[in-house]
Amino acid sequence: MYRRSDELGPEMNNRLALRIAVFGGFALALFAILFFRLWFLQVLNGEKYLAEANNNRTREYRVSAPRGEILDRNGRIIVANRTSLALQINPRKLPAEEAERRGELAQLAKLIHTTPHRLRKTLHEQLLLAPSAPVTVRRDVGDYLVYYLEENQDRFPGVGVQRVFVRRYPHGTFAAHILGSVNEVNEEQLKEARFRGLQPGDEIGQEGVEDTYDHFLRGRPGIKKIQVDAFGQPTRKGQLVSTPPVPGDNLKLSIDSAVQEAGEAALAARGLPGGFVTMNVHTGEILGLGSSPTFYPSLLTKTLTQAQVDALYRDPVAAPIIDRAIAGLYPTGSTFKLITALAALESGTITPSSVIEDGGSFTVGGQSFQNAGGASYGSLTLVPALQVSSDVFFYTLGYDMWDTGQLQRWAHRLGIARPTGIDIPGAEEGLLPTKQWRDELAAEGLAEERPWSAGDNIQLATGQGDLQTNPLQMAIAYATLANGGTVVTPHVGLEVTDAAGRVLKEFAPKPRRRVSFKQESRDVILEGLHEAAQAPGGTSYAIFGGFPTPVAGKTGTAQRVGHEDQSWYIVLAPYPNPRIVTAVTIEEGGFGAESAAPAALQILEAYFGKHSSGESGPNGGSPG
Amino acid sequence: MYATRTRRARPEPFALRPGIAERLGLPYMDASLGIAAAGLAAFSVFVLGQATKHDIPGDPSYYLNRQAIYAVLGLVGMYVLARIDYSRFRELRVGIYTFLCVSVALVFVFGFAARGSRRSFELPFFSFQPSELGKLLLVLALAGFVIDGARRGSPRQRTVRYLALGFAPAALVFLQPDLGTSLVYGAITLAVMYVGGVRWTHFAVIGAALAALVALVIVVAPAIGTPVLKEYQQQRLTSFTHPSADPSDAGYQQNQAKIAIGSGEKTGRGDKATQTRLDFVPERHTDFIFAVIGERYGFVGAAFVLSLYALLIWRALRIVTLSKNSYGTLVAGGIAAMLLFQVFVNVGMNLGIMPITGIPLPLMSYGGSSVLATLLAVGVLQSIHMQARLSQKGRFAR
Repeated sequence: MYRRSDELGPEMNNRLALRIAVFGGFALALFAILFFRLWFLQVLNGEKYLAEANNNRTREYRVSAPRGEILDRNGRIIVANRTSLALQINPRKLPAEEAERRGELAQLAKLIHTTPHRLRKTLHEQLLLAPSAPVTVRRDVGDYLVYYLEENQDRFPGVGVQRVFVRRYPHGTFAAHILGSVNEVNEEQLKEARFRGLQPGDEIGQEGVEDTYDHFLRGRPGIKKIQVDAFGQPTRKGQLVSTPPVPGDNLKLSIDSAVQEAGEAALAARGLPGGFVTMNVHTGEILGLGSSPTFYPSLLTKTLTQAQVDALYRDPVAAPIIDRAIAGLYPTGSTFKLITALAALESGTITPSSVIEDGGSFTVGGQSFQNAGGASYGSLTLVPALQVSSDVFFYTLGYDMWDTGQLQRWAHRLGIARPTGIDIPGAEEGLLPTKQWRDELAAEGLAEERPWSAGDNIQLATGQGDLQTNPLQMAIAYATLANGGTVVTPHVGLEVTDAAGRVLKEFAPKPRRRVSFKQESRDVILEGLHEAAQAPGGTSYAIFGGFPTPVAGKTGTAQRVGHEDQSWYIVLAPYPNPRIVTAVTIEEGGFGAESAAPAALQILEAYFGKHSSGESGPNGGSPG
Repeated sequence: MYATRTRRARPEPFALRPGIAERLGLPYMDASLGIAAAGLAAFSVFVLGQATKHDIPGDPSYYLNRQAIYAVLGLVGMYVLARIDYSRFRELRVGIYTFLCVSVALVFVFGFAARGSRRSFELPFFSFQPSELGKLLLVLALAGFVIDGARRGSPRQRTVRYLALGFAPAALVFLQPDLGTSLVYGAITLAVMYVGGVRWTHFAVIGAALAALVALVIVVAPAIGTPVLKEYQQQRLTSFTHPSADPSDAGYQQNQAKIAIGSGEKTGRGDKATQTRLDFVPERHTDFIFAVIGERYGFVGAAFVLSLYALLIWRALRIVTLSKNSYGTLVAGGIAAMLLFQVFVNVGMNLGIMPITGIPLPLMSYGGSSVLATLLAVGVLQSIHMQARLSQKGRFAR
């Protein structure tokens, strides 16, 4: 092919020239690719990569802000903060070697009393949320552990301790059901508009007023921006900018510690599940609200053990976490008679002077309804009927209104089985049995269900049967009657103040609605309730007869299937122009006068003990 | 373009007034080639000086000093080689080839292990990496074998022989392990065969076989549990297809290099460069030095450097066509391919369009062996150029 070993002939020259030309073209193409790619990266997309480079080299550290304190209406601290040491793992600094990393985590797990499996799971879950951010694996570590880790730092690369703020509850179980807790924001919450801007690991209020007023309490975390190298190590003079954290504002509650303590003590003394609420009838400010059994809110600041979770949440009947005052679902017994009386008066079923014969029992359609205790009170008008709590009187009213819907209409107007608008999450609406509701159930063909009957309305008239409500709704109904028709919005949040005590915002939620009824109806019902509480022969005269302040109160004894009778007491004070309403219920507490009324008395004693001048309390004023 | 040889060459300007330049042989050398090579080496020293100031505590000019020494030594070597008639290497082909294989193999015995791979001898002043010089030696020897064997055997036998000659040192280097350099050996072998006239059909078969081999090594071998590549090699080869967030991962490194270059924008970030200053880009003084240039000096700087490489390779290709004999043609072709392959793979890797193979950027990456070998290769190119000019002059004088 070659003519001479070292000299190329003309034929080869042409072929070689072609090959070299192809080679040159190939080289040209490769350089064109490089130049174009360079142009693409630096000129067309330079800005994007510059931003990425800047993002790369800066690390933002959030400096957590202390949450605002929660105070009672007089400024007493209910929830404060304390600093605590939290154990954090920086995943970027963990050993790269799989076996080494596992070994370290296993050792660490032993130190913090968990299993390596659970520790790795926590780590994994947090890393999915925020890749390469430090993960808090345990709060409130003891000093001994911190010292140990510091002395053995080389054995625990990537493990650090950070100072964090933790809620402190100086008064134990005080107001546990109102407060709620503080915990790390979860994945679903991060998607909510109100938590925009938060990052995994940030803490927010969960449940209670911590949740409702989180926006004010939370504060703004500070941001420390520093320059780091590829290994996340801060560079020299690398502090770029820093914004200090802004502490949260303080929340002042309408809670009156004296009332709250009295209520909690009264429930605790009886040792039975129950709930209470004391509310200003004009403004809806809640002075005390509690539920028994209760719990230590401080428990919720740490990771709960399974046993603690079970104790708090599992038991559907005795679970301490349930707030019976707003989430209980109970029939109310005779405390409902206030609503029955108003419905009867306003619908013209009776007048204050109508007389009904109480012969001890009431028979309709072959079914006989008895007075409690088999008593019979003879001829009664409304006031004495309320005073002695004649069931037959109210059975008659229930029967008279059984297919008019008037009883349901008035119960509905007064707020039974409706949202109350309270600023504590977790309230239940309950159930007001109506003709329509029962007829629909019956139409669905459920075997044990039957259409609406007079018996249903007779039951409802005395607060028995299918009715499901709670102390808060009943307190609102009583307050509405007492204040002349304003359905107040119950609330515990009073005002937001800054650290210096200046008021930044006041909460005075507008009434839910207005209900109009005759002044005479109100007066006569309150008179009946006053007689019941403080006139000889009244159902709770034994309890309230000697109470120095005139009050109007009604006992209730609710029958619950599968339970002993439930004790109720609802009282308006002072009579005749009430400022406050207190509703107490005690599960399996027996007659109203047996347990709920004495508990209510304790609460009123606390309230009037403080406001001993009686007539000129802080929220005095005449009803509308 | 080859036709220029048959045309009467224009008189050399200094031809009739022999002076110091004539005596140094300068008029017969390719000035553009020399400027491109020296310019790249000088730029490398400059970049290393700026980018590695804080790398060695207490010695801000550690890399700068050493790279400067290598560059000066290399330029001297380049000149010396330029004055030697390269044709002698053809006669020494067997010796050169033997030296190449033995020196590369000796690394296994006396080699200095760095990061799990034995590539170099530890000498008093620097560590010598025989496989770098081996690139040039392979070109010189293989071109000789191709010329020598041009009339022996059938075309197919010749093709197989050339492949075997190239494969032996490539395999030794691959086992060090140094995947990148073995790929350069492969590229050199193919280029010399290409310029040497191996049939297109043979290249088609070789291409198909290579594609099958790559598929086998990357996909099939790991799948059946007998991996040919080390895990990190495999990872590096495939990582440019999937950027990763793990700093210890090859995909992360490449992504960081891409960010570094992009962030340089048009005119660069100078001393404000963070990607290559704060360790986001690894190996910034060797394999990823182009990312440093891209970030610090922007499109202007990076395009300037690429232009110098384009000039270098254009001049090399021009010398292919000028050579007075076909040995020079093959040698120049091999060197041009060696430079082109390394520049494209390294810069492509920095730009995120080629896999990470550990191939240094010729003349730019820090490293004595690479700088020396590349400048010596340029010296051989100069020698081919000089011999061509001298023979033209001789003809002219006749």
